[in-house]
Amino acid sequence: MTDHVVILGGGTGGTVLANNLANRLGAEIDRGDVEVTLVNDDPDHVYKPVWLYVPFGQREPADGRRPLGDLVDDRIDIRIDRVTDIDTDAKRLEARESTNPIEYDYLVLATGSTLAPEEIPGLAEGGHNYYSEAGSEALREELLEFTEGHIVLSVVGTPHMCPAAPLEFVFMVDDWFRKRGLREDVDVTYTYPIQRVHGNPHIAEWAQPIMEERDIGVETFFNAEEVDPEAGTITSMEGTELDYDLLVDIPPHRGIDLVAEAGLGDRGWVDVDKHTLEATGAENVYALGDTADTGVPNAGSVAHYQAGVVGQRLASDIRGRPATATYDGKTLCFIETGMDAASFVEFDYENPPSPAPPSQKLHWSKLAYNEAYWLTARGLL
Amino acid sequence: MTTTEIEPDETVDSRGATCPGPLMDLIGKIRNVDPGTVVALRSDAEQSKTDVPEWTEEAGNELLAVEERDDHTVFYVEKA
Repeated sequence: MTDHVVILGGGTGGTVLANNLANRLGAEIDRGDVEVTLVNDDPDHVYKPVWLYVPFGQREPADGRRPLGDLVDDRIDIRIDRVTDIDTDAKRLEARESTNPIEYDYLVLATGSTLAPEEIPGLAEGGHNYYSEAGSEALREELLEFTEGHIVLSVVGTPHMCPAAPLEFVFMVDDWFRKRGLREDVDVTYTYPIQRVHGNPHIAEWAQPIMEERDIGVETFFNAEEVDPEAGTITSMEGTELDYDLLVDIPPHRGIDLVAEAGLGDRGWVDVDKHTLEATGAENVYALGDTADTGVPNAGSVAHYQAGVVGQRLASDIRGRPATATYDGKTLCFIETGMDAASFVEFDYENPPSPAPPSQKLHWSKLAYNEAYWLTARGLL
Repeated sequence: MTTTEIEPDETVDSRGATCPGPLMDLIGKIRNVDPGTVVALRSDAEQSKTDVPEWTEEAGNELLAVEERDDHTVFYVEKA
């Protein structure tokens, strides 16, 4: 009998896992004892961290795209299709282009985040974001023309992809205008939903003095309620109104609707055991990356490490051995603090982050990793 | 264990979530309910004990009661 592993989603988590399984279970796959299918609705793999650099004219969205077929081991069956139903009782998926259901023995949900700006009236019309290819290009058009006025960066939704990216954007925008001699004519304000500038108190404590030093205005306890694109204002639930000339937002995020429809979790985030990454609402279902509601950042490094854990657990289970690998919350992030300096943090469930002093070396390390990422996707790094 | 007689209209169970998850779950719920609605937030994150009172005051909502249970805390918040 063949064990069929289906991975839903070809982002960082899904792609790294597919290659991890090809490596671990190569002999079983070659013998026909195991089959691994990766289902994605786009033939390309997209590396989203590239988008941070697009508004500054430094990268193109195409730099973050490569065909899945070039990245994923030949032993993996890649299916370009959109899943329309998940039935965890019958262990079956329905997909748009497939006449027959896709039956699985093990399912891994790696469907990631989607943006939901429509949850805030006026946000889609009035705001710009760098959390999509089209968004980052539209923001580039605005930012490259911007020479004076008020830029507001508002973190509207949490959790959101890459929790460091809002800090990075305001640090970069400050430095970018400063180096071009325009900073005196540009005001920058950063808003955050809770009483500090970042969800993690250690990172907030590190970032706040840098913002003060660099004259980046801060509004905390700011939960956007409405944007008026005509008037150029954003209003919070707490009653604060800000005028803006350019609104950069981190929109509300959701997972895919199918997760909630399958009873696996709210807003598309799968309820999981945060150590084993097994879904609590169904058997033989795992989730990883943004999709897994573990409380750790929605970051590529998290998806990467979790893929290793899920790969090891699946291989153990398929071979009839106890699965012992667990995820310890490991997260790595580079944090740009300007156009040519960056910090770095590493933390897990037990050990909090302690941001490294910003340096040019760390900035170059971040850019170098963004290139080396393609080795990660291929399961080599 | 202390108990209140408040009957919430909505309950948000954020046990197991780390900060700022519980507060953001509460804010998300308050965002989508009518004024006068009472929301109960269940949290086992220690920081909620400061986060939740600070936010409810800042946003002008009312923290009706805080109930300590064996392994978590329940915050009753009425939307202004």
